[in-house]
Amino acid sequence: MNIAKFLDAKGLACPMPIVRTKKAMTELQVGEILEIHVTDKGAKNDLAAWSKSGGHELLKVEEENDLLKFWIKKG
Amino acid sequence: MAVKLMTSKEVTKKVIKKEELFILDVRNQNDFNDWKIEGEKFEYLNIPYFELLDGVEGILNQLPNDKEILVVCAKEGSSVMVAEMLSEYGVSVSYLQGGMKAWSEYLEPIKVGDLVNGGELYQFVRIGKGCLSYMLVSNGEAAIIDATRMTDVYIDFARDINAKIVHIFDTHLHADHISGGRKIAELTGATYWLPPKDATEVTFSYNPLENNNQIMIGNTTLSIQALYSPGHTIGSTSFIVDEQYLLSGDILFIDSIGRPDLAGLAEDWVGDLRETLYRRYKELSHELIVLPAHFMVISELNEDGSVSEKLGTLFENNHGLNLSNEYEFNKLVTENLPPQPNSYQEIRETNMGKVTPDIEKQREMEIGPNRCAVR
Repeated sequence: MNIAKFLDAKGLACPMPIVRTKKAMTELQVGEILEIHVTDKGAKNDLAAWSKSGGHELLKVEEENDLLKFWIKKG
Repeated sequence: MAVKLMTSKEVTKKVIKKEELFILDVRNQNDFNDWKIEGEKFEYLNIPYFELLDGVEGILNQLPNDKEILVVCAKEGSSVMVAEMLSEYGVSVSYLQGGMKAWSEYLEPIKVGDLVNGGELYQFVRIGKGCLSYMLVSNGEAAIIDATRMTDVYIDFARDINAKIVHIFDTHLHADHISGGRKIAELTGATYWLPPKDATEVTFSYNPLENNNQIMIGNTTLSIQALYSPGHTIGSTSFIVDEQYLLSGDILFIDSIGRPDLAGLAEDWVGDLRETLYRRYKELSHELIVLPAHFMVISELNEDGSVSEKLGTLFENNHGLNLSNEYEFNKLVTENLPPQPNSYQEIRETNMGKVTPDIEKQREMEIGPNRCAVR
């Protein structure tokens, strides 16, 4: 996977992971991929719902202990 | 305009007093549909916070100007953000302190009555999740039944009324919430009781709750009788206190009955459940006040916020007690079941002592409504 940008949102509590993701996404071109690392569990549902409502594609989610990793393709 | 904070206790008061409140719930739609703050006169608007990051102008015309507005989210953070954005437009709003996480954990203690020998009975209403637990107090001693994991609430309450916690009971191995019984017993030195048929896999020692146990609390023998009432689990036990109260555990609720499937044996236990409800309970005095371990909907709350009803009234009105046809009854409790509670298997294993999740994990396991009844 070709990652255009990486966002470290570890340790941030809601709503900051989404706020930062939204900002990072504006810097990408359509079709480019953002990788995000988060530790806030609530981000799992929220990032999925946010991607959908914003027309982006959530490609993959991985969970490693307390770390959540997301790959979102800009739509 | 300054943003105000509203506590779970204040929201609970509004629920009990049937006051109006407009709730702007900023969690995502699935979470809102699954579980929300319920109040008879509450109105709702659900807009996820992430749809408001660019501004709240779009929803200003959907907010009332004659009602108190409460912004609610999962843990507090996003509700503060949205409340502040709204207040910049001059809208007067509050946010829920601690979000739905705090709402799920809030317990409102309500006195349900006096006991014959000078004791008192309190009900702890877990308003956000529907769990009900009890504290019996007599001559400076206390017993707790079906404690939630918010152990401090019971310990502080007992301390404030100068009572020593001496006995703790679980009516059955719970599947929808994590029991605080064992922990309170460890912290206070009280005796912990559990029905042995539900405890075959537990990893800790307990006192077996068996038929006709008479237990002293204070200087008086409170006539707590274990009434073996299988159905919800194989060991489900109910209590009769002081010949006045029937603590029915998860067997019988105000407008519904216990579901027999949470340990995976609906077909096997349905006969026991019917036997308990339609024969064992019918032989009891219909004057007994039924005090269940849960409520299902907010309309089951009495005027003072407590949850109780006369057994005779339940035999007249409770749908689950009025299925004369055994086939219909079996169909109701085996085929018509609501979704199972969140993480119920993990909760059972936690209550058995097999796993010990940390506090954040416990919160997450318990999130959502309780779903231990069929109707």
